[in-house]
Amino acid sequence: MSGFDKVVNSYEEAMAGLEDGMTVIAGGFGLCGIPENLIAQIKTMGTKELTFVSNNCGVDDFGLGVLLVDRQIKKMISSYVGENALFEQQLLAGELEVELTPQGTLAEKMRAGGAGIPAFYTATGYGTPVGEGKEVREFDGRKYIMEESITGDFAIVKGWKADRYGNVVYRDTAQNFNPMAATAGKITVVEVEEIVEPGELDPTQIHTPGIYVDRLIQGTFEKRIEQRTVRKD
Amino acid sequence: MALSREQMAMRVARELQDGFYVNLGIGIPTLVANYVPEGMDVMLQSENGLLGMGPFPTEDEIDADMINAGKQTVTAATGASIFSSAESFAMIRGGHVDLTVLGAFEVDQEGNIASWMIPGKLIKGMGGAMDLVAGADNIIVTMTHASKHGESKLLETCSLPLTGAGCIKKVLTDLAYLEIENGTFILKERAPGVSVEEIVEKTAGKLIVPDEVPEMTF
Repeated sequence: MSGFDKVVNSYEEAMAGLEDGMTVIAGGFGLCGIPENLIAQIKTMGTKELTFVSNNCGVDDFGLGVLLVDRQIKKMISSYVGENALFEQQLLAGELEVELTPQGTLAEKMRAGGAGIPAFYTATGYGTPVGEGKEVREFDGRKYIMEESITGDFAIVKGWKADRYGNVVYRDTAQNFNPMAATAGKITVVEVEEIVEPGELDPTQIHTPGIYVDRLIQGTFEKRIEQRTVRKD
Repeated sequence: MALSREQMAMRVARELQDGFYVNLGIGIPTLVANYVPEGMDVMLQSENGLLGMGPFPTEDEIDADMINAGKQTVTAATGASIFSSAESFAMIRGGHVDLTVLGAFEVDQEGNIASWMIPGKLIKGMGGAMDLVAGADNIIVTMTHASKHGESKLLETCSLPLTGAGCIKKVLTDLAYLEIENGTFILKERAPGVSVEEIVEKTAGKLIVPDEVPEMTF
């Protein structure tokens, strides 16, 4: 038995310990590379007052959108939202709080959070509503705002393959925010399409080293497509 | 005649150079990819983590794990690379992208841009736009010169909340190509058959009109 074995056997076990009011960092861009079964598990658990840090909030019946149905989300920290009617409705009714964050700043907030960096300076958002109330500093004649990093009580991540030790590989653009999310959770839960034995993955090709991963589970995925576009030829 | 969307894309494409890494926004900017000159190689950056965006897939090639920043299914071009969002924005914020093309609601003579938020309307978010305008050195904004009601979008001061401050130097409208320098627009080219007078009339911000304003040709 190895102390490095991260595999859990059920989604209940994967999300055990999630409580009302917690902050969850989620990987994914649109519906691509989202931890869809972990989200479904949170819906089943009925956990409420959650803050989600995620680039988007899914659509009405898929992705994080499903958590809006029973009002499980208190706040979203995202760069682009509103692809779903329920979201708009709850936002306008004041039932849902949204902190719009530039996409690069959001990725960097997660990255910095996972790397133990409490804040950073960026030119992004200076002179805009995003910069209001934030510390401004000048470096080499240019103005930057201070942005604080983010960590979560949980991080939920979708990978492609992982070995039992939690070394994860992502597939194509389903990578997106997942590697940063994986570093920024107190408890990081990764679901993948295939779990293999240690040694089967090429160490130089690992995207997320196992040190960041607390729990690992293999699932089956719908992988819904948001904008199906094809060429004719 | 005002430029068509396709002509605007064609005009922007003349700014491309062989070996450029380019980020194209949604709308007219996306069309620029159709007019890359023959024999020139450019690589399209998609901010969700793809450098070297290829064409849309065929029915057989469709893959849910392969999308662009507009969430459309795409393919990877030969020589593409795929990476995380943090890596993607490191490229953007670190000034490594050679040309960024994006749309806007308003641009002003100080190079400020407003493109993401209209107070009173539902705000969906800025996505990567604030990172793109703050990080890129070479940005072309594409938009109509005036609103449907004839109100200028080239202003003294933007009226809408900003996407970025003092970061825009080049604007292509349906009527003209302009540059911004030292707090003023400079008229560089006009659309075929569009008079300097019309452009002056539809530009609310400070505008310098050189003696010669060449007409674009297509």
